[in-house]
Amino acid sequence: MNKLGIVIKREYLRRVSKKSFIILTILMPFLMAGIVALPLWMSRIKSSEVRTVAIIDSTSKYISLFKDTETYRFIATTSSLDEYRNSRDKSLFAILSISGDLLDNPRAAAIYSEKQIPQDLSGLINYVITKYLEDEKLASFNIPNIKEIIAESKVRFSVQTIKWEEGGRETESSAGIAMAVGFIFTMLIYMFILIYGAMVMTGVQEEKTNRIVELMVSSVRPFDLMMGKIVGIALVGLTQLILWGVMLVGLFIGMQVFLGGGIDPSAIQQAQMMKQGMAAAPPELGEMSKIMNLISSINYTEIVIYFILYFIGGYLLFAALFAAIGSAVNQAEDTQQFMMPITLLLVFALYAGIYSMENPDGPLAFWCSFIPLTSPIVMMMRLPFEVPLWEKLLSLALLYATSAGIVWLSGKIYRVGILMYGKKPSFKEIAKWVRYK
Amino acid sequence: MNFIETTNVVKQFSGHLALDRVSISVPRGKIFGLLGPNGAGKTTLIRIINRITAPDSGNVLIDGREICQNDVFRIGYMPEERGMYRKMKVGEQAIYLAQLKGLKYADARERLKSWLSKFEIESWWNRKLEELSKGMQQKVQFIITVIHDPELLIFDEPFSGFDPVNADRLKQEIIELKNAGKTIIFSTHNMASVEEICDEIALIDQSRVVLSGQVREIRRRYKTNTFTVQIPLSNKLLVASDVPFDIIEQRNLYDSTELRIRKPSELSNAELLAAIAREFEIISFVEEFPSMNEVFINTVSAKKSQ
Repeated sequence: MNKLGIVIKREYLRRVSKKSFIILTILMPFLMAGIVALPLWMSRIKSSEVRTVAIIDSTSKYISLFKDTETYRFIATTSSLDEYRNSRDKSLFAILSISGDLLDNPRAAAIYSEKQIPQDLSGLINYVITKYLEDEKLASFNIPNIKEIIAESKVRFSVQTIKWEEGGRETESSAGIAMAVGFIFTMLIYMFILIYGAMVMTGVQEEKTNRIVELMVSSVRPFDLMMGKIVGIALVGLTQLILWGVMLVGLFIGMQVFLGGGIDPSAIQQAQMMKQGMAAAPPELGEMSKIMNLISSINYTEIVIYFILYFIGGYLLFAALFAAIGSAVNQAEDTQQFMMPITLLLVFALYAGIYSMENPDGPLAFWCSFIPLTSPIVMMMRLPFEVPLWEKLLSLALLYATSAGIVWLSGKIYRVGILMYGKKPSFKEIAKWVRYK
Repeated sequence: MNFIETTNVVKQFSGHLALDRVSISVPRGKIFGLLGPNGAGKTTLIRIINRITAPDSGNVLIDGREICQNDVFRIGYMPEERGMYRKMKVGEQAIYLAQLKGLKYADARERLKSWLSKFEIESWWNRKLEELSKGMQQKVQFIITVIHDPELLIFDEPFSGFDPVNADRLKQEIIELKNAGKTIIFSTHNMASVEEICDEIALIDQSRVVLSGQVREIRRRYKTNTFTVQIPLSNKLLVASDVPFDIIEQRNLYDSTELRIRKPSELSNAELLAAIAREFEIISFVEEFPSMNEVFINTVSAKKSQ
């Protein structure tokens, strides 16, 4: 085995055999799901406290509209607003004052409270009053059965989006789902570049501060040592991805077994129909099968292949930069100055990607998917929207050419940097290192 | 024949000339001392021989030909800044580093076993480096340096950081390596060890070789014509005008008198001896050679004062 291979093997095995890696790989999907689900769940928890809202209705027309809800209790009152203001009755949460006919004067209603008025209270009041006023207005037209007529005329419409495949085959497509798929892959690539790039940097730094590096480069060429680390860590990242992929497939199969049927929508439909004893499929199930079709309309094989290509290219580029930084500084605290531009760039790429979602063929998305520093992230967002082949190839070629250049440059910096102790170098000094023989 | 040679090696770092036309010759099977004050360029030269850095100009020859990347398998290097992977186990680490020096896994394993048993530390195989004391780590470091049985060993400041017992152990190991036919280069500040074990030296100061050659020859070269003579106890004070040499010191010991004298350079030793013998019975007559420490300090400070 050549030296590069030996270094790669060690860097890989050392990380993959760590307990923390195994545990984190297994727990991460659940953790991520938890991070998304927890705030969602928490926001749905309603406080058990019932708040009392007093209504001063000088017209007496509206008071009967307000029914108590889980969180609000409405009481009628005849006291004046000023009395409340002075008494500071703590048992009341808010006071709704209606001082005139709202159809004539929409500004005649107001909520007063000593506390911040929550959205759901004002929303509830708006809803109740709007509905009443609508009915009242309709009634004023004196047309019989008008409510039924209007109800009947309400149409729900959503245009079908159909994409012509080569050869004219039609498939339904959905921008929403393409967006979601693009977003997931974009986040993945962003996180992997950042996490594993940083891992390269810490690894390089560790060797430098441990002073092992001088011994290492007396037997391995510095470039091989750097590449061994970069490649070894890339393999760790790919291993994690593959494990997650396997877990995802396992989860799907598990779900199929659990549901007692395939995710094939017709199977679900049949199972549901038998259960409910109904002859016709309920409309929601029709919707569901459509969504399933849409999800499967995206070409995943292609996306996964490009994902891996962009991951490798983008990772190589940033990991090499991170390695150069790690080699140049002496203490972890000093990395800040050099990390800043790279992190900013990555965050810019992420936002460019997110904004490209709205307009995947717009100029921002178009140009950013060619610039090698942003293309791995932005192109992932565009891929589910079908990007022409030449664009993909050009963007990949640019990315790999730049990566090769950066790797070469970083190798030069790394070679000198790892043996330089003492004060933190300036950008100018680092530039000089590149020219050292 | 010279095993390692450097010819006119120049290395420039930003705004600072680290090595200025440095040429050294290290004969095969000898111990070669690289001396010099801090910052003189010793480590840079060692790194160039190790192919860690490349010289701006000049050559490094091994066996009379240009050194190449595969020659690093023939070199064992113990840097001044000793470091190992703290989280790695002793066995794993030594085998990894030995593999990088071109050994096969099985060979590396065998050799490590025999080295560990030589030092009676077989039980350390599965211990992490960070669990070992500094002295223990130094032993592992030494094993890592020699495990691939290199022909050339380079030790940068080998005795710094060792306690006296381990430093002596290391010295014995170095002599043993020499007896096994290895060539050894080491840089040091420890002049006593230079006199004791070095065959040849080069003294580097301010990026240049200012002195080089065999240790014995150099000390002879720097002799000051000073002699220590013991004569039977005598309270007679010698006066310089009576004898053809200078008297530096005269003191009475328990049963004898010791004189330190300096002869004029035109006077031969035989003439000097005869001149003394005319006056006294001679118990002993020894020419003083300067210690390497004196040579070092004289050479370096002489250059400074220029």
